[in-house]
Amino acid sequence: MAIDRSTVLKIATLARIRVPVEELDHLAGELQGIVQWVEQLNEVDVSAVEPMTSVRPMGLKRRPDRVTDGGIRDKILANAPEPAGGFFAVPKVVE
Amino acid sequence: MSALTDFTITQALDGLARKNFSALELAEAHLAAMERARGLNAFITETPDRARAMAKASDQRRAKGAVGLLEGIPLAIKDLFCTESVLTTAGSHILDGYKPQYESTVTAKLWQAGAVMLGKTNLDEFAMGSSNITSHYGPVESPWKKRGDNRKLVPGGSSGGSATAVAARLAPGATGTDTGGSIRQPASFTGIVGLKPTYGRVSRWGIVAFASSLDQAGPMTRSVADAALMLLAMAGHDPKDSTSADLPVSDFRAAVEAGVKNLKIGIPKEYRVEGMPVEIERLWAAGIDWLKQAGAEPVEISLPHTKYALPAYYVIAPAEASSNLARYDGVRYGLRVSGKSLEEMYESTRAEGFGAEVRRRVLIGTYVLSAGYYDAYYLRAQRIRSLILNDFTKAFERVDAVLTPATPSTAFAIGEKSDDPIAMYLNDVFTVPVNLAGLPGISVPAGLGEDGLPLGLQVIGRAFDEETVLKVARSIERAADFTAVPTLVAEGGSA
Repeated sequence: MAIDRSTVLKIATLARIRVPVEELDHLAGELQGIVQWVEQLNEVDVSAVEPMTSVRPMGLKRRPDRVTDGGIRDKILANAPEPAGGFFAVPKVVE
Repeated sequence: MSALTDFTITQALDGLARKNFSALELAEAHLAAMERARGLNAFITETPDRARAMAKASDQRRAKGAVGLLEGIPLAIKDLFCTESVLTTAGSHILDGYKPQYESTVTAKLWQAGAVMLGKTNLDEFAMGSSNITSHYGPVESPWKKRGDNRKLVPGGSSGGSATAVAARLAPGATGTDTGGSIRQPASFTGIVGLKPTYGRVSRWGIVAFASSLDQAGPMTRSVADAALMLLAMAGHDPKDSTSADLPVSDFRAAVEAGVKNLKIGIPKEYRVEGMPVEIERLWAAGIDWLKQAGAEPVEISLPHTKYALPAYYVIAPAEASSNLARYDGVRYGLRVSGKSLEEMYESTRAEGFGAEVRRRVLIGTYVLSAGYYDAYYLRAQRIRSLILNDFTKAFERVDAVLTPATPSTAFAIGEKSDDPIAMYLNDVFTVPVNLAGLPGISVPAGLGEDGLPLGLQVIGRAFDEETVLKVARSIERAADFTAVPTLVAEGGSA
């Protein structure tokens, strides 16, 4: 499938990145080029191959369900662009 | 006596032990070199005060007889590692002003071993690039120049600042990270040693994530012995990284001089790519010959799915990146561009905060993970990844290590190859399969191209067999006897 302006707009919305209208054509061309190049993967018969889901075979470790961290509110807020009263502040979400 | 900045880590440790100089003097010499070489743009943040304080503390420890593995050794840290209270940017505008409140596991271990932080090195934005030109803080310049050509060259990427720092004698060692070649490719371009350990060997905790199933941190140094030493200090299980391997870490230093007698070295025929420069074929042949003379046996092997590694990588890495980079939304840290709604704030912050390459990869990643395309692209790439790993697994039934070129060319000029993303991606054709398979790989400087620029050979090993990788690399290092120094160093611009 070809990546056109509307596809770029759609994925840009999904990715929460505003893309200026004047860049849509250029980006569509670039992304289409990459996707087309990637499609050489279709040459390979993978019907009998399991997808790789773990880089090295290893089981996930378990640990006791205990709180080992916390009480660091100020550290967590230290880099906030707009901290307010011990919270992260954002534009109004609920009217 | 040569200048303090010419010493390898091993040599510097020896000089410190003999009290020929102090850790503070060693740090001062490197800080002065950094200042003189600022034009290279290798560092985003220099930390001279911290370096002096850490060096003084190291001298005091040494006086008391408490000597760590890297006691008093100044190091440069790729600006992808979180360092407590020190600006950490990932080369991105979106992390403006970010000062982590914690220390990454790797850097914490290095400081625990007695190392001294010189500063944070420049990199491609979020480690996405092979030239260091995608950094928000501007490109890094290599200390090398082509023969008879005065153009500024790239150091490679993404660990370009670290590579330049080590090659230009601004630091005897540096940390790098490698997702598709970001340690090995710049090491090859700048004539230094760069080691990507096995996936899981080194903790990823506190390293800004790019593609979590591929990222791995490793050392960049001027000798194989130094790489072994730094890896020893960096490696080990970390409960804070669930993918870090709970395996014993052996003393990699002991392996370095063990020799390659009777080792079988795989030579993959698929790495003889079309249009490969003759000088690279020649160097590869020389490498095979050196190992043969040292008692190893070259064996032709086949890694049939090699040509699919790059396209598979450019599905998997962007997919993981689009997910990892979702956290940059202007709420909790870094840049915020205000908007009337929350949505508008997210979209404007990410539009302004991400550079062109990062935006491209996040969009590709979003596309291949989106409904209707997931199976066709992402799942297919994961199946190809299995095939690539199987190729290596089969090969390692017959051989102990694999020898390949590290890069398909020598370094190029800043600005070259930048208008075609795919041409840039091809830089990593020899390194990407190693990340997909999660194996250890090293680039060792092996010679100069016809243009007078360094070229590396790559040694790939079995999972968690960094020891064989180091042995083979040392054997190449010994035979290649690479003594060329960067143009800038030869002209006395740094040391």
